[in-house]
Amino acid sequence: MSEPPPERFAPSAPLVQRLGVPISSVLLGSLVTIVPVIAHYPVLPPFGLLMLLGWRLLRPELFPIWAAAPFGLFDDLVSGQPLGSAILLWTISFFAIELFDQRLVWRDFWQDWLIAAGATAFCLIAGRLIASPIGAHVDTMLIVQILVSVMLFPLVARLVAWPDRKRGRA
Amino acid sequence: MAPPRTRRPGFSRRAQYGLFFGYVVAALCALIGLVLLIVSTANPPAFAALRAGVAEATAPISGAVASVDRGIAAVPQAIGHYFGVMHENAVLRAELARQHAVLTRARTLSYDNSRLKHLLALRDRSTGTITVARLISSSASSTRRFALLNAGWRQGVREGQPVSGPDGVIGRVLETGPDTARVLLLSDPESVVPVKRTRDGVPGIVNGRGDNLLEVHPVSLADPAFKVGDVLVTSGTGGLYPPGIPVARIVSRSRDGALATSFEQPDTLDYALVEQAFFRAPPPPPAP
Repeated sequence: MSEPPPERFAPSAPLVQRLGVPISSVLLGSLVTIVPVIAHYPVLPPFGLLMLLGWRLLRPELFPIWAAAPFGLFDDLVSGQPLGSAILLWTISFFAIELFDQRLVWRDFWQDWLIAAGATAFCLIAGRLIASPIGAHVDTMLIVQILVSVMLFPLVARLVAWPDRKRGRA
Repeated sequence: MAPPRTRRPGFSRRAQYGLFFGYVVAALCALIGLVLLIVSTANPPAFAALRAGVAEATAPISGAVASVDRGIAAVPQAIGHYFGVMHENAVLRAELARQHAVLTRARTLSYDNSRLKHLLALRDRSTGTITVARLISSSASSTRRFALLNAGWRQGVREGQPVSGPDGVIGRVLETGPDTARVLLLSDPESVVPVKRTRDGVPGIVNGRGDNLLEVHPVSLADPAFKVGDVLVTSGTGGLYPPGIPVARIVSRSRDGALATSFEQPDTLDYALVEQAFFRAPPPPPAP
C-alpha cells in the first residue's frame, strides 16, 4: 500500500483531532464491556488495554508514560475489577515497554506482538490474582482469555493504524 | 521500525527534564493506583459512587442495543424451535405421564401444608417486590461476575436486596446508583447462598466458582451425601433471600460436597425481580 507523500506545507491538524482520536479509541475499547451480554465466563479480551498497547507500540511519542494511569482509571470504572488495579498494572506495563524501547531499539512487528502479549498476559493474570480468591476456578478461562487477546492483537494493531493515518499530523 | 527521535532528548535540558518529569508522574500514578487498590480491596464499596456514575451514562446504550439484539437473536431461535418441536413433544408426553403421580402427591401435600400453617397461625413474613428490571450488561472481561441492573435507588433498590428471575435466584444487589445497580451473580467466586435440599431439608452452602458452576457444601459433615439431581432452594438463613426460591441442581459429586448448576442462566434472561431482603437490616444505632 503506497501512502501519498505528506504535504510539506499543509497546516497541521487541530490538537483535538490529533489527540482526540487515539484517546477516544482507547476509551471505546474499554467500553466494550457495556455490550448487553451477561457473560458466564470471563473470555472477553480487555479491548481498552489492547488499544492502548496498539497506540503505544505504533506511536511511542504519542502518549506520555503517565497516560496509562487515567486510561486505567476509566477501565476500572467499567470493567468490574477493583478500582486501582488497571491504574497500577497498566502503568507497570508502560514502564516495562519503556525499558524495551531503550534496549530493543530496532524492532519488527513480531517483537511488538510479543511485547503486547507479555503485557496483556501480565495484566490479566495479576488482575485475576487481585480480584478473585485463589480458590476460584477461573484459570482455564483466564488462559483462553489470554490466548484470545494475544491472537487479537494484530487485528487491534490494524484498527489502530487506520485512524492513525486519518488523524492528521502536527 | 526506526526508533522515533522524540523519545531521545539529546542535549536539550528542557527535553531531558520533561522526560524525567514524565517518569516521576507515572511512578506517582502507579503509587496512587496501588493505594486505591488497597483501599478498594479492604473496603469494596468505597468507590461505588464513581462506578455508578459511569454506569448511569452507559446503561441507556446497553439497553437500546439489547432490545435490537433480542429481536435479531430471536430469528434463528424460532427456526431451531420449529425443528426441535416434534422431538420435544414426544419427550414431554412421556415426562407428563411420569410426573402425574408426583403431582397428585404434591398437591395433597401442599393442601395439607397450607391447612397446617393456618392451624399454627404461622406468620410468614411477606417479602414485597420492589421492582422488575432488566440485566443489561456484565463484567465480561473480569474474573469477577457482576451484572448491571437497569434500576437503582430511585426505583427503591437498595444494597443487599435479593435479585431473582423466573427460574430462580440470580444474585444480590451490591451497589446502587440513581438508575442502575450492580448485581453480584450467583457464580461470582465471592458469592455465598445458604440453601437446603428439597428432598429432606438438609442445609448447605452454595459458593460460586467463577466458571458458571456452583460448589455445594453441607453444613454438617455428618450429613448424608448429595445425590446427582438433588434440587436446592434458599433456606432463608442469614435473612437475605426469602426461603423456598430455587437455586441450583446438583450435577456431580465432589470430595467434600457437590457441584451444581444454577436454574437461572442470566444470559437467557429478560427480567429480574428485586425483592425486599427477607429480614430488614436493623436500624442504625441512634447517635449519642
